[in-house]
Amino acid sequence: MPYSRLIPCLDVANGRVVKGVSFVGLRDVGDPVELAKFYSDGGADELVFLDITATPEGAKTMTSVVAQVADVLEIPFTVGGGIRTVDDASRIIEAGADRVSLNSAALSNPELISEIAELFGSQAVVVAIDAGDGVVHTHGGRNATEIKTVPWAIEAASRGAGEILLTSIRQDGQRTGFDLELTRQVREAISIPVIASGGAGNAQHVVDALRITDAALIASIVHENPSGLKGLRAEIESLGITLRPLKEKA
Amino acid sequence: MSDVVVVDYGAGNTRSVRAALTHLGKSSVVLSDPTAILEADFVVLPGVGSARSAMEHLNQTGAADALRTRFDNGGATLGICLGMQLALTTSEEDGGVTCLGLLKGDVRRLQADRVPRLGWANVDPWNESFYFAHSFVGQSPDTVATSDGFCVAVRNGSFFGVQFHPEKSGDAGLNFLEQCLTLV
Repeated sequence: MPYSRLIPCLDVANGRVVKGVSFVGLRDVGDPVELAKFYSDGGADELVFLDITATPEGAKTMTSVVAQVADVLEIPFTVGGGIRTVDDASRIIEAGADRVSLNSAALSNPELISEIAELFGSQAVVVAIDAGDGVVHTHGGRNATEIKTVPWAIEAASRGAGEILLTSIRQDGQRTGFDLELTRQVREAISIPVIASGGAGNAQHVVDALRITDAALIASIVHENPSGLKGLRAEIESLGITLRPLKEKA
Repeated sequence: MSDVVVVDYGAGNTRSVRAALTHLGKSSVVLSDPTAILEADFVVLPGVGSARSAMEHLNQTGAADALRTRFDNGGATLGICLGMQLALTTSEEDGGVTCLGLLKGDVRRLQADRVPRLGWANVDPWNESFYFAHSFVGQSPDTVATSDGFCVAVRNGSFFGVQFHPEKSGDAGLNFLEQCLTLV
């Protein structure tokens, strides 16, 4: 089995990182390229960028951010937010992203999952599910749909998704731990990997999630102290989860 | 002339491979021109797209024959991910595809706990971790390294193929690429 993965998530609006990144050690906290490099050096296994602008102008800016990130980053990264067509996905992947994350566009047009998977392979397609009360939500968790979470995860996997990014809208931002029951239910129903998201407040929370799934998405826990990522990794390892060995820079 | 030719097969992300090469001080171009493939000091067959569309593109452009001739002439070539799989004889992907046949062996659907196999994993006997993202896997008598028991590196003469992504594997990946470039 590959090592458990720790994946910092950066929200990007109009080409700038938004939401609570502290400035420790950073020249420009809003620069996605600098922050990406910083987290990569700190031992992130992958990164996720979410474009929260979702406007045509924002999409253009995001493509340029992706290209700049790809030029300096030597770990994989996923880009989500505003990807509604195969062309959108191609644009992001050709700019240098390894994977795209689909959310509401996959719900309204599930065929999009298969189309992108056929073109770039399943490993390039992440389906993000915002889950709460057993159903999938849209608009950042504000609107409940009638689509049940587990059946949707199964359908996404069968259509060619290579991974599920599963966010508990109840736990998101609470810092009281991941929704382990939800994570377990979804992961047991499918055979593709699952990233747990929403609720990481300390190393033990991450450890609890990594005992039942493949990867954990982290946000505020690292953004508040970007230089604490190495320490967080060490703490997770001391609690019994093996992460990939990091080489000290010469 | 550029130091490295990255073979174009019509779709996907070649930017990361080129960025890694740039980092190592090597210039690169992305193309499928047979003459350039034959004459390049070093060729990278990158890992993007699906086996069928990649082979169709390589056959149509004449790049497939150029890669075979280059191999016979001893020209150094590195295959990454799908690029390694394409060097084998056949692939099960897309209902069955005839590949380049530079090395013996074939490509089958991965049988693992989770597929795609995503993430960093140790490679034996190199004792180094690299990043993987694959749903298919090769098997070959020319296997030189494994990960979780799967064939993840093959070598025959001037062709070196790896299942992982050195361009996405941090310093370990850059070191690996640098060593490959010295094979020229």
